[in-house]
Amino acid sequence: MTVDRHLLILSTIFFFAAVVRSVIALRARVFRHSRFNFVMIALGFAVQTMFLSVRGHALGRCPITNLFEVIVFLAWSIALIYMLVGPAYRLSLMGVFTAPLVLLLQLFALLAPVDTPHAIRVMPNPWLEFHASISIIAYGVFALACVAGAMYLVQERQLKTHELRSIFYHLPPLPTLFSAMTRLLWLGFALYTAGLISGFFTGEPVPWKKVVLAFAIWILYGAILQGRYLRSFTPRRIAALCVGAFAAALSLLWSIEFVAHHA
Amino acid sequence: MKLFCIGLSHHTAQIETRERFAGHSRSEAMLRERGCRELVLLTTCNRVEVYSCAEKQLETGDVADCLRVGGELSPEVELRSFYRHQDRDCARQFFRVTSGLDSMVVGETEILGQTKRAYEMARARGHTGPVLHRLCQRGFRVAKEVRTATEITRGSVSVGSVAVDLAEKIFGDLRGRKVLVLGAGETSEKTLRALSSRGVSDLRVSNRSPQRAEDLARALDGIAVPFALWLDQCREIDILISSTSSAAQLLTPALIAPILRERADRPLFVIDIAVPRNVAPALNDIDGVYLYDIDSLQSIADERMEMRRRQFTAAEEIIAQHVARFWEQIGYSLGDDFATQRSGRSAVAPDLSPSESKAS
Repeated sequence: MTVDRHLLILSTIFFFAAVVRSVIALRARVFRHSRFNFVMIALGFAVQTMFLSVRGHALGRCPITNLFEVIVFLAWSIALIYMLVGPAYRLSLMGVFTAPLVLLLQLFALLAPVDTPHAIRVMPNPWLEFHASISIIAYGVFALACVAGAMYLVQERQLKTHELRSIFYHLPPLPTLFSAMTRLLWLGFALYTAGLISGFFTGEPVPWKKVVLAFAIWILYGAILQGRYLRSFTPRRIAALCVGAFAAALSLLWSIEFVAHHA
Repeated sequence: MKLFCIGLSHHTAQIETRERFAGHSRSEAMLRERGCRELVLLTTCNRVEVYSCAEKQLETGDVADCLRVGGELSPEVELRSFYRHQDRDCARQFFRVTSGLDSMVVGETEILGQTKRAYEMARARGHTGPVLHRLCQRGFRVAKEVRTATEITRGSVSVGSVAVDLAEKIFGDLRGRKVLVLGAGETSEKTLRALSSRGVSDLRVSNRSPQRAEDLARALDGIAVPFALWLDQCREIDILISSTSSAAQLLTPALIAPILRERADRPLFVIDIAVPRNVAPALNDIDGVYLYDIDSLQSIADERMEMRRRQFTAAEEIIAQHVARFWEQIGYSLGDDFATQRSGRSAVAPDLSPSESKAS
């Protein structure tokens, strides 16, 4: 087994530890604020960075050349955005929701046969790398918006059903979650738009199916933001859409990769 | 050397008795004169306690005499309110107090600040030594551990404070929020006061009897609204508290639906504390409307109280561990045979470690 794979396994173990800790706390029905989750995610992120660095040096370019690397890069982006956004919005509990998402992505990357090396080594193209990396970081931001949406739905459900669990007292108020969610949506949308536009400057032939799918995601998030702007969607609906849109976007990302490989 | 605590609290004494033994400017000097080598005097509205380390235990009457504010002491009657704890029990009592387990509202945290202030004052006056220093430092650690390892301090246990907790989760900051009270009952007034204490300043009162609405509005620094216009107010308000004696439902989904359309995405928190209920339960099914009746608020308050009780055992276990550790650490310096045998160390007061030397 190669060094980079060892690093990825180690990083996954850190995220797994964060998830286990959260599950234990939830099962005990006694939820406590602790730095453990943040520290585990930070360690996981550090090792992810080492993985990407090792892989990047070996490839001589940004390590997003196949689905395996794209997934790890996405997991890295999610951890990065969490560490930037979590403390800023005092959403420390976001880690409880973020760690399982990263864990699932990395487990998929490790277990699924998606680490297929490129047969033809192409020259690095700065526009292409910018386009791909900024688009994946945008996905990372959308993932965090999805996490904030899930937290909103959990909190809202508790308020509606009058069944207040221990986590109720630790989750932030609905307006805080809604504000984080909408700002993340705007940030993700801006980054995604930049990624989309830069895609046309790569000088590479672009399969039209890929363009259609990429625009479908852009329209989906654009519609959610439009609904928010016109206040035609309630906050709960926007939260549900954030979760649904990310699930759809993730499957479309896979489709884009699939289309790119089979075009 | 003896470590002991003599005092009275809301458990044993009425407020008049507590006031009479609240201590005065000479209390500490008098206690020192009577042999207290180390001394921390804790006085709050619910308790007066003397924690001390002395060559021999003081009599309860002596301590009461030092704390007495005016008048003669009538020992047979007044001394019955005092309790005393010695050695390990004294440490246990202090740890229970700092953790809020002995408080009137179990789990409240204000007492920790009060004990810290009492300790700081005693330290500044040179009344503390190695024993009380360690007792206090450990007491503050125990309080922190109990707070973080159990849920004893979390959640409200009264209907009014549950309503405030819920409002804060729905709206975040309560400043600038508008509240309308329908009917002028006692529970609605308490709830309104609880909301007002968290920053709600726009209070409106509507009642079938305009005079009662005026009276309550004046008492709460709010405004009275004619009863015929209360429904229009729902366009502006954030929280509606209903407690009228009306037998018919005053608010139904059909009535509120056109108003909600005008409110866009602003949530509405409806607290129905009337029996029979004033608000149709189906209102809770509408997006953005959170309806709580008196039973659901009471059941949340009861659940929280029950949770606190369950946490009691866990908190007492933490305290018992710390009492044992404290006694291991300090018992020999008090000449405790058991601790001397176990530790095998000399009966000399220990030097303080750097961490212990730090004030909290």
